Amino acid sequence: MRSINMAKRFGKLLTVFVLAVFAALTVAPLFFLACGSLMGNGELNEYLGPFLIRTDGFAGWRLFPLYPTLRNAVRLFFDSPEFFHMFWNTMAITGGILGGQFLFGLPAAWGLARYPVPGRKVFYMLCILLMMLPFQVTMLSEYLVLDHLGLLDSLWSIILPGAFSTFSVFVMYRFFCGIPEELLESARIDGAGELKIFFLIGLRLGASGILSALVLQFLECFSMIEQPLVFLQTKSRMPLSLYLPEVKADRMGFALCCSFVALLPPVLVFGMGQQYLEQGIMAGAVKE
Amino acid sequence: MSPSRKRRKAAGLLFLLPGFFGIAVFYLIPFGDVVRRSFVQAAGGRFCGVSNYRTVFGNTAFLLAAKNTVRFVLVCLPLLLLLSLLLALLVNGLGNKLKTVCKSAFLLPMAIPAASVVLLWQLMFDLHGFVNGLLGLVEIAPVDWMNTKAAFAVLVFSYIWKNLGYSIVLWLAGLASVPESVYEAAQIDGAGRVACFFKITLPLMKPMIFTIVVLSLLNSFKVFREAYLVSGNYPQEDIYLLQHLFNNWFLDLSVDKMAAGSVLLALVIGGFVWILQRSWEEEG
Repeated sequence: MRSINMAKRFGKLLTVFVLAVFAALTVAPLFFLACGSLMGNGELNEYLGPFLIRTDGFAGWRLFPLYPTLRNAVRLFFDSPEFFHMFWNTMAITGGILGGQFLFGLPAAWGLARYPVPGRKVFYMLCILLMMLPFQVTMLSEYLVLDHLGLLDSLWSIILPGAFSTFSVFVMYRFFCGIPEELLESARIDGAGELKIFFLIGLRLGASGILSALVLQFLECFSMIEQPLVFLQTKSRMPLSLYLPEVKADRMGFALCCSFVALLPPVLVFGMGQQYLEQGIMAGAVKE
Repeated sequence: MSPSRKRRKAAGLLFLLPGFFGIAVFYLIPFGDVVRRSFVQAAGGRFCGVSNYRTVFGNTAFLLAAKNTVRFVLVCLPLLLLLSLLLALLVNGLGNKLKTVCKSAFLLPMAIPAASVVLLWQLMFDLHGFVNGLLGLVEIAPVDWMNTKAAFAVLVFSYIWKNLGYSIVLWLAGLASVPESVYEAAQIDGAGRVACFFKITLPLMKPMIFTIVVLSLLNSFKVFREAYLVSGNYPQEDIYLLQHLFNNWFLDLSVDKMAAGSVLLALVIGGFVWILQRSWEEEG
């Protein structure tokens, strides 16, 4: 009996140990950037010397900064207008895309989920296909239409196609399908119009689906590389994701600080919306 | 048809229309144009049958990129699925509080923009970088990660780091969908934990496994971000993916090749989506 207990306890310890190792590996980059942005240039030069000036040996690191300093952070916040310029570009793109999806994708998902619309199945399949296609497949067609509309090299060239991306339609659709039909029926019997049902029942009971879609889309917007890379030319219109790689390694402390500040908004959204993120991921896999 | 049903049909169409209009303008109509362009010459616009497709299949860059992309998927998918299943099984045995902590940790990379980790990737995989420093501790000679065949391993690592949490969450959902009572019955019959896993859990999760495979496959295209940010338009030969190729075709304005390539890729992906849809229908 005792040895079984011992084995069980050992198994549990091993589980926790393995998980802790992997969890530490996935979290390490965040930790690294946080530390790096608090390190002074002198300290960084000392650790990263072999990387920066190609001397012998290897770059090293300290778990915590020996002499924490906010110098790079101060420089970033008070003396780097270009960082904020690009930061606001990213925010404008994100806001535009999320707003568009709220205005167009949300009603579309509701209509698709709750009404006997002709061609419903075809449209649903189309949504899934479009959301699965990698950007490279639709790159040429998006370029052609944006060129035609004269929108290339403006933030709209990123916002408009993004606003109509079908991914969020799909996520919201899955959640809207879960609302029981009896609720809608009884509201109709009480004389509620379709618009009222949408606002009072759809928006309220589908709220977690809407949030899931928005959280997933927010994270996507902050990582966006492919679209701005091909549709934008003017430097001042670039989002943060294309600015960061330009901050050269010879300003290592500043570069680390920029990288860290740039990940704060999505990590913050992740922290607040993790449950919605999980639900959104599962919406693609679990039949309700 | 009853008048109320007719009215509801109209209401549904009104909800759907604005979104559908945008999708048609930005995706459907222009893609139709791309399909048309894939059958005409880029210069002059004369119909040329499948000659664009022939050019694509005869293009060495395309063959290299296609080979690399397939190889990447064939290495990454099994690795990601096995590792995430293993971790999901471990996480599943934890109490609720630890479970949440673990999920947060594994999902975090999804929230970190590719551009923010590029610097760290460079520091790690440089000839004088962290990884070689650690390898030096166990007397392994340094590797020039980004400029040799090892670049492939960096890409695989990057993909797994980013997608581990996503797959774990999916596996956990699958594990939770197996009713507890099935396990209890099996235990009464004297089945061990390993037998339970292979005889009950895996078979019951079969439709789920399929979904996870397809979703992970489609996510694998996004690995281009890290690859591009770390090594630009022309990376080490082994990690030159279809995504790089399309980007370079775009820069060269090779509209004919791009059009044919887009249609081909869309057909392949469409095939996967069709399979996925079939498995969903079986499930439901």
